[in-house]
Amino acid sequence: MKNYEMTVGLEVHAELSTKTKIFCSCPTEFGAPPNSQICPICMGLPGTLPVLNRRAVEFAIKAGLATNCKIAHRAGIDRKNYFYPDLPKGYQISQYARPICYDGYIEFDGESGRERVELERIHIEEDAGKLIHDGTERTLVDFNRCGRPLIEIVSRPQIYSSESARAYLKKLRTLLLAVGVSDCKMNEGSLRCDVNISVRRAGEEKLGERTEIKNLNSFAFVAKAIENEFSRQCEMLERGERIVRQTLRFNASSGKCEVMRSKESATDYRYFPEPDLADILIDDADIERIRDGIPMLPDQRRERYIKDLALADADAAILSSDLALSDYFDRAASVTEHKRTVANMLISEGLRLSGGEDFFCQIAPEKFGMLCDMFGEDRINSSSAKKLLARMWSDPELDPEATAESESLWQINDRDRLLGLALSAIEQNPKAVEDYRRGKSFALKSIIGKAMGASGGRANPKILEEIILEKIK
Amino acid sequence: MSDILKRSISEHATALAKKEYSSVDLTGVFLERIERENSEINAYITVARESALASARESDERRACGEARGALDGIPYAAKDNIAVRGLRLSCASRMLENYVSPYDASVISSLRDAGAVLLGKTNLDEFAMGTGTESSHFGRAKNPLDTDRVSGGSSGGSAAAVAADLCSFALGSDTGGSVRQPAAFCGIIGLRPTYSALSRMGLVGFAPSLDTIGIISRTVGDCATVFRATAKRDPLDSTSAHFPTESLNGALPADIRGKRIALIREVMELDISEGQRIAHSRAADALRELGAEVIEVSVPSLRASYATYYAISSAEASSNLARFDGVRYGMRADDTESLEEMYVKSRSLGFGDEVKRRMMFGALILSGDYKKDIYENALRTRARINAELAEAFSVADLLMLPTSSGYAYRAGEFKDGLFDAHAKDDLLCTLSSLSGLPSISLPCSTVRKLPLGIQLIGRAFEEKTLFDVAAHLQCALN
Repeated sequence: MKNYEMTVGLEVHAELSTKTKIFCSCPTEFGAPPNSQICPICMGLPGTLPVLNRRAVEFAIKAGLATNCKIAHRAGIDRKNYFYPDLPKGYQISQYARPICYDGYIEFDGESGRERVELERIHIEEDAGKLIHDGTERTLVDFNRCGRPLIEIVSRPQIYSSESARAYLKKLRTLLLAVGVSDCKMNEGSLRCDVNISVRRAGEEKLGERTEIKNLNSFAFVAKAIENEFSRQCEMLERGERIVRQTLRFNASSGKCEVMRSKESATDYRYFPEPDLADILIDDADIERIRDGIPMLPDQRRERYIKDLALADADAAILSSDLALSDYFDRAASVTEHKRTVANMLISEGLRLSGGEDFFCQIAPEKFGMLCDMFGEDRINSSSAKKLLARMWSDPELDPEATAESESLWQINDRDRLLGLALSAIEQNPKAVEDYRRGKSFALKSIIGKAMGASGGRANPKILEEIILEKIK
Repeated sequence: MSDILKRSISEHATALAKKEYSSVDLTGVFLERIERENSEINAYITVARESALASARESDERRACGEARGALDGIPYAAKDNIAVRGLRLSCASRMLENYVSPYDASVISSLRDAGAVLLGKTNLDEFAMGTGTESSHFGRAKNPLDTDRVSGGSSGGSAAAVAADLCSFALGSDTGGSVRQPAAFCGIIGLRPTYSALSRMGLVGFAPSLDTIGIISRTVGDCATVFRATAKRDPLDSTSAHFPTESLNGALPADIRGKRIALIREVMELDISEGQRIAHSRAADALRELGAEVIEVSVPSLRASYATYYAISSAEASSNLARFDGVRYGMRADDTESLEEMYVKSRSLGFGDEVKRRMMFGALILSGDYKKDIYENALRTRARINAELAEAFSVADLLMLPTSSGYAYRAGEFKDGLFDAHAKDDLLCTLSSLSGLPSISLPCSTVRKLPLGIQLIGRAFEEKTLFDVAAHLQCALN
């Protein structure tokens, strides 16, 4: 496999979070009872006509601006014709030759450091319904999803590892979340990914024949499917076999890709301009108005953290990669001078407590800032700060000051009290003192630990260490 | 009382206002006549007796309270059965939709409902509006009331027959490539294909959306204008609909047409047209000159390409538009099928007739592979060229005039086994305005052996008023 390299291009479908569908006014919430969000228009009943939801166009433009795309002044709408029971009109309204956004790029931290992958296009289209196999011989169709607005983001084949594919997707997801056009929930299908992958001998110029893996719905599956398909193609080439163009489906339980259809049976979608809809006209004023509504994007945030707040590059990268985290940080940091403390607490403790894909914290950011103030001002030490944070996490109503008071978490900074603690620890641990004096410097830790324990974890560790060192020298 | 059935809308309106008779009376008389005559003419597929009488009663009640809504309040009409009416069958004269009931109203139906008009029922047509003689209807052919051995035209043959046989006061049809104008000509009445976008298509079962328009079939030009005024409006449910400047319809009808420049098309004169139609055409030209109009000649060099262009574009769009009839959600579904594929194939094979299949197959073919570039895209280019030539013609002319068809109504079955070539000549005359979206009106011009011949006027977009003015004068002069 070392002699081969993969080339990957991704097609990502993101469901736009407009309130209504793309061509009618049915609602789009996830999880409604089957066929409760349908009307004659999205069901394609005889005589009905689509009317384009301008919001969907606006959202697509936002996505385009967030990914450095050019925006078309005149975009076309086309019909993609094929038969399937989840497609009530027998065609999908999509964009073929003239998409809304084109020629963009995304930068991200991939396997080989900072990478840039170009986007061929972003276009809008309608989603299809969903087939439900209920275990009997019949198949049911739920049309709720039918007509929900999607954007399809098509990258150029410029990704060369499964790790970079994953990083690209993560970055794309963060960008879409940043501009607020999709909730990007892979488990609910509002973000789905198709992978195009080809393999060639290292150093070879020409790309190999590609296969397409359809409808992957988690980052892990994307990486797994790519790895799996890469080795399959490598093995075939190694055996001297020819790769044939195929459409594959990833089987999550076996971890393998299965063939859906081969090129011989490839459908001709008979695209042609949708006669029921006019071209989409977008002028510069529209684009500027939409651009003005775009909040600060991850890369800009990261730069700001480094430049303005003097955060470490690694910390800035972590904070900016998760918008919820970044927003939370910005709000908490705005009420305290101890901004790096906020960053450290969030990264070391907050992320662990939050768990999950996106950061989530119910503590008011102002209280979080207050907590960081208490630590930054040496009023509580780090172990108390952690303890307090954990308490507040499970009970967001708690006030940090009052809790520190009621649970006696205030740091002991008084030199006399610390001296007392130090002396009794020294007295009670003669062996450790002896060891230290013999040059075993680690023994100091154990003496400090005893004194700290006796303080109920509240002693100022810096001063305590100073005093102990002074006494046992 | 049956003589009142021949009255125009304005005559009915006056009589209703004077309480000479009520809308229930009028509706009842029409329903009676339908009951008597329809089994022979076969103009209606569905008669909505109860809902018609209910609407008529409501109209009479409004009038009794002094709340009558205008010229159309209480006037009975019919709608082609490819226009959706809530609660009524919407068959498109196809086995595919034999028992399909629409859950909503087309926008034009809502407009007419708002105006108080009374819907009598749904009229016969060629299956999915594809044809020229209403012979491909799953419900049997609609006959020409003037000679029942002959066709009433198509595809709005049921609507034209209903108006001509006094089975309604006016009717809605649809016109993709002449489907309102040609049957109107064959039945000796008025047929308007409005400017594309003037009447909402919401609720019209699409055949070829870039060409489809809802049209009006009526006894007089005045009736046509009245119905047009009530239905022409921008509809937010149809993205291709446009605001129609209805104020342009104000003023007396017909206005003076002296000085209007009316152009004959040189290439039309070179076509193989029946002697009778040729004479009718020159009679109309003479009449226009007498009315003070200036008759000139223009050239539309691509005229001969218009039929092939129309056929390619309409078939391509139809292949896509009719894909929704797959047996999954409604309509015809074949029994005892083993696979999804088989269900599709069998349901569509059984549900559609030959003409529809022929056009869908041709349409799907020319959107596929290399044919797309060679045929479909070529047709789009030709369409643009024809439009440019027409724009050129309208730089010197106010209206174009040409025959509606090459001859009078043909005998039923005459073209049964013929492929599309048989109708090419007729469609050629109608497709100019279809491809360009320009409004056109057909009016009876003369008769040969008691069979009418129609003349067609094409106007500038949104200038229906000019069409009405000239057509009204011409109708007067020719009778």
